Amino acid sequence: MDAILLQILNGLDKGSAYALIALGLTLIFGTLGVVNFAHGALFMIGSFCSVTLSKLFSLSFETVDPTKLDFLGNPSKVTTPYVQAWFGPELGAAIIDWSVPLAILLAIPVMLIVGYVMERGLIKHFYKRAHADQILVTFGLAIVLQEIVKYFFGANPISAPAPEVFRGSLDFGPFFGLEANKVIYPYWRLVYFFFSAGIIAAVFAFLRFTTFGMVVRAGMADRETVGLLGIDIDKRFTVMFGIAAAVAGLAGVMYAPILSPNYQMGMDFLVLSFVVVVVGGMGSLPGAVLAGFLLGILQSFASMNEVKSVIPGIDQIIIYLVAIIILLTRPRGLMGRKGVMEE
Amino acid sequence: MFGLDRKDTVFMLIVVVIALSAPILLNPWPAASQMAQFNAGYPDLMQRFVVYGIFAIGFNILFGLTGYLSFGHAAFLGVGSYAAVWMFKLLSMNIIPAILLSMVVAGLFALVIGYVSLRRSGIYFSILTLAFAQMSFNMAYSVLTPLTNGETGLQLALDDPRILDAANTTNSLPVTNLFGAEMRSSVTWNVGGWSFDFSVGYYVCAVIMLIAFYTSVRIFRSPFGMMLRAVKSNQQRLNYTGINSRPYTLAAFVISGMYAGLAGGLLAAMDPLAGAERMQWTASGEVVLMTILGGAGTLIGPFLGAGFIKYCENIFSKINDQILHQWFALLPDWLENTLVTVLHPFIGKGWHLTLGLIFMLVVVFLPGGLVEGWNRITGLFRRKPKAKPSATTEPAE
Amino acid sequence: MGILEVNGVGKNFGGLKALSNVNLSVKENTVHAIIGPNGAGKSTLLNCLVGKLIPDTGTVTFAGQSVLGRKPHQINQMGISRVFQTPEIFTHLTVMENVLIPCFARRDGSFRMHAFETVANEHDIVEQAEAMLKDVKMLDKRHMLAANLSRGDKRRLEMAMCLVQEPKLLLLDEPTAGMARADTNNTIDLLKEIKASRPITMAIIEHDMHVVFSLAERITVMAQGTPLVEDTPDNIKGHPKVREAYLGEAQV
Repeated sequence: MDAILLQILNGLDKGSAYALIALGLTLIFGTLGVVNFAHGALFMIGSFCSVTLSKLFSLSFETVDPTKLDFLGNPSKVTTPYVQAWFGPELGAAIIDWSVPLAILLAIPVMLIVGYVMERGLIKHFYKRAHADQILVTFGLAIVLQEIVKYFFGANPISAPAPEVFRGSLDFGPFFGLEANKVIYPYWRLVYFFFSAGIIAAVFAFLRFTTFGMVVRAGMADRETVGLLGIDIDKRFTVMFGIAAAVAGLAGVMYAPILSPNYQMGMDFLVLSFVVVVVGGMGSLPGAVLAGFLLGILQSFASMNEVKSVIPGIDQIIIYLVAIIILLTRPRGLMGRKGVMEE
Repeated sequence: MFGLDRKDTVFMLIVVVIALSAPILLNPWPAASQMAQFNAGYPDLMQRFVVYGIFAIGFNILFGLTGYLSFGHAAFLGVGSYAAVWMFKLLSMNIIPAILLSMVVAGLFALVIGYVSLRRSGIYFSILTLAFAQMSFNMAYSVLTPLTNGETGLQLALDDPRILDAANTTNSLPVTNLFGAEMRSSVTWNVGGWSFDFSVGYYVCAVIMLIAFYTSVRIFRSPFGMMLRAVKSNQQRLNYTGINSRPYTLAAFVISGMYAGLAGGLLAAMDPLAGAERMQWTASGEVVLMTILGGAGTLIGPFLGAGFIKYCENIFSKINDQILHQWFALLPDWLENTLVTVLHPFIGKGWHLTLGLIFMLVVVFLPGGLVEGWNRITGLFRRKPKAKPSATTEPAE
Repeated sequence: MGILEVNGVGKNFGGLKALSNVNLSVKENTVHAIIGPNGAGKSTLLNCLVGKLIPDTGTVTFAGQSVLGRKPHQINQMGISRVFQTPEIFTHLTVMENVLIPCFARRDGSFRMHAFETVANEHDIVEQAEAMLKDVKMLDKRHMLAANLSRGDKRRLEMAMCLVQEPKLLLLDEPTAGMARADTNNTIDLLKEIKASRPITMAIIEHDMHVVFSLAERITVMAQGTPLVEDTPDNIKGHPKVREAYLGEAQV
C-alpha cells in the first residue's frame, strides 16, 4: 500500500511535466494544425530562465573588510551579491533563495515573446505545408535553439535550487494511517504538482469561460467556418501559440530544481510528450492531461524494483510500449476526436 | 545496359567514374598548400561519404517514394553495427559475413517494426517509428547490455572466439579484412605536390555503394517503384485499383531498413565498434536531413545530401578561431575580429548550430533540395522550356 | 439473377438508419441508375458495395460470390471498378503511369515484388495502356503530370484507369457532380461510347436527371434508406411515388 502510494506520488511530478508540455503541443496542434517538434526546446528555455535568474541574482562584488582578518592576517575579502547590496541583506538573501519561483515572472514575458517570434517568423509559413515539412522545420529549429543555449550555458547541467523552505520532504504516511517514514516526498515536487494543476486549470478556464477561448475552441473544431464568420482567427492563434509556449516554459521553470537543466533536456521530454499526445488523442486537451499523468505514474510503477525484477528494463520502455499498444488498438488515442489527423 | 535505358546507363557510368576516382577528385589541393584542409580525399572521410550515402539512398526508397516519414531509421543502422561487430567477435574478421548478417538482422528488425508501424500513416507513423527507435536505444543502454555492452559500446577483445580465423598469436586486436586485404591498408601516390590515398576500405565501400545505388535505380524504374510513388500520391485510388498497398509499403520499409543495416555493418567494418548513440533519434533526424537536403524522391539527391552534410561536418568542426584569423588576415583588424566573433558560434563545436540552420533553410527555401536547386540554376541558362519528362522517370540529376 | 445482388442490406450509424432492407439486382450488361434525394442512402449503399463500409445486415453478392468482409482491393480484383465523385487519380504521376498502374494490377494481382523489372520494358502493358489512352483521346497528353490536367480530362483519365482493367461492373458515384453542362454532355457521350464498345455493366448514382434518363436502362429510386421503385426510365418519369419522394408530400 505504501509502495503504491509512493509510486503514484513519484509519478505525479513527471506526469505534471508531461501533461503541461503535451497540453501546449495539443493546443498548437489543435489550433494551428502544426506538429511542433520545437516544443521541447521551449520547455528547456523555460528551465534556463530559472538558471539565468539564479545566476543573475548571485552576481556579486568583492569588498575588503578591514575589521576582519583571514587566517593569514590579511584583511578578508567579502563577496556581497548585488541584490543584497541593493535590497538589504535579508530581503536580498530571500530574493536569491526564491530565484526559481521568481523566474516565473521572467519566463512569462520571455516565453510569450519567443512564442510570438516563432509563430510569426516561421511557423506561420508552414500552416499549409505537409506535416512532414512542419516536423522537419521545427526539428531544425529545436536543434538551433538547443545549440544557442549550449553556446551560452555550456553542455553540462546547471543546478537551480528550490527555495530553502521547500528543500525538505514531507512524510505522507501518517495522513493515510500508514507507518511513518515510509512514504517520503520532497516538498518541491508537491509544489510542482500543485503549480501544474493550477496552470492546467487556468488554461481550461481560459478556454472555457472567455470569449477568446470560445473562439479558439470553435477554431479548433472548424477553422474555416470560424474564419468565414469574419473573426480574425489567425491573430488569436498567434496568441494561442504564445500561451502554449508560456505553458511549456513555466513547466520548465519550476522543473529546474527537480532536474538540473541541460541543453538536451527538451528533446528527451519532447519525444515522451509526443507519445503522451498520441496516447491522449491528437487534438484532445483533456486527453493530453490525462495521458500525461497516466504515463508519468505508469513509468514510476515500472521503475519499482519488484516490477523490474520480473521484467528487466521495463521502466525504460513502458511508455513507448503503451503508446504502441494504444495506437494499434485505439488509433484515435484515449480521448481523440474523429477526423483529426486521419489521412 | 544492365536493364537500364540509355540515359540511366550514362548517369550510372558517371557515378561509377566519380566514385572510383574520388580519391583524386576530392584532393584538388596540394598537400602542403593552405587549402589542403579543404581536401576531402582521405579514406576516413570518403568512407563516411559512401556509407552515409548508402543510408540515405535506402531512406529515400521509403521516404522519397512512399512519403512515409520514418523518424527511427537510425535504429536499423545501430542494429546493423551491433550485428557486424558480433560477427567479428564470433566468426571472422572477414567483412563479408558481418555485412550479410547486419543486413539480415536489420531487415528482420525492420519487418517487425514496419509491420506494426505501417498500420498507421502520416504523423502517427512518424511517432510510432520514433517510439520504436527510442525504445531500442533505451534497451541497448539497459536490458540488452549483455548484447550491446551498454554505454561503453560493443568492442573487440583479444579472447573473442573468431572460430573461422587462425588463432591470434599477436598481442594486438585483429583488423577487419576482405579475404586477407586489410580495410585499413592503403597505397599512397605522390605526384608533384599532391598526395593521393587509395585505401582498400574506401574501395570496398564504394563498390558496395555502387551496387546499392544501382539497385535503387532499378527499383525506381520498376513497376514496384511506380506503385510506391502511387502510394504517396493517392493511396485510396491505389486500393480501389486492386492494389494492396500494405505489402508494398512494408517491402519498401524492409528494403530501406536493410540499406540502413548495410550502412551500419560497413561502419563497423571500417571501425569495429558499435555504440547505442548511433540509434539515437538525432541520428535518425540526420538521415532525414541528408535526404531532404539532397532532394527526396530523386535518385542521386540523398547521396549528394549525405556527402554535403558529412563534408560540412568535417570542415566546420575542424575550423577554429585561429584558422579564421588566418583567412581574414588580409582584412583590417577590426573587420577581422568582428568576422571571427560572428562566425565563432558556427564553427568547431558549434557545427550542430550550423546543421540546424541548414535544416531550416532547406525546408523553408528549397524543399526539393540540392537537386531542385541545381535544376533551377540550369533552368535559368537553358533556353528550351520544351524539356519533355519521360514517361516513367523522375528527374534524376 | 443479376451480376450484382443486394439482399436485405441494412446499415445504422449510431441511432441513424442509413439503409434498411435494401434489395437490388443489377442485370449483366445493363446501365442501372440509382437515384434519390439527398440523404436517401445512395452513397452509403455504394460504400457497402466496394468494401469501404460493412453492412449490419443482409448480403451482397457479385457474380455469385459474396463481397462482404473483403477489402476494397480484393473487391476490385473481383471485377468491380469505381469512379469517384471528384476524380481520384495519381496526381503526382504522369497520365501514362496513371493508366499503367491498373494494367499492372490486373496482370500481377494485388501485390507482386517486381522490383527488378523495368516499366518501360513491359511492352504488352505499355501497349495496352497506350491503346486505352487512345480510346479516351488522351494519348497526346501521356507525358503530362496528372495534376495539370483539366477537370474534364481528369474524369476521362479516371474512366480510362477503370476501363483498362476491363471490369465486369463499373460503379459511378455522381460522375457529373459539379460539372458544367458541356462537360456533363461530354461525359454522357463518353459513357455511351464505353457502353457501346464493350460488354460492361454500369451502376450509376446520380442527381442529374438529364444524365440518368440519357443513359439508364433500369432505374432504382431510393428514399430514406430504402428503395421505393425499380423500373424502366419511361415508367419512372411519371411515377407518383417518385414525385412524392422528390417533391415532398405537401406538394403532391
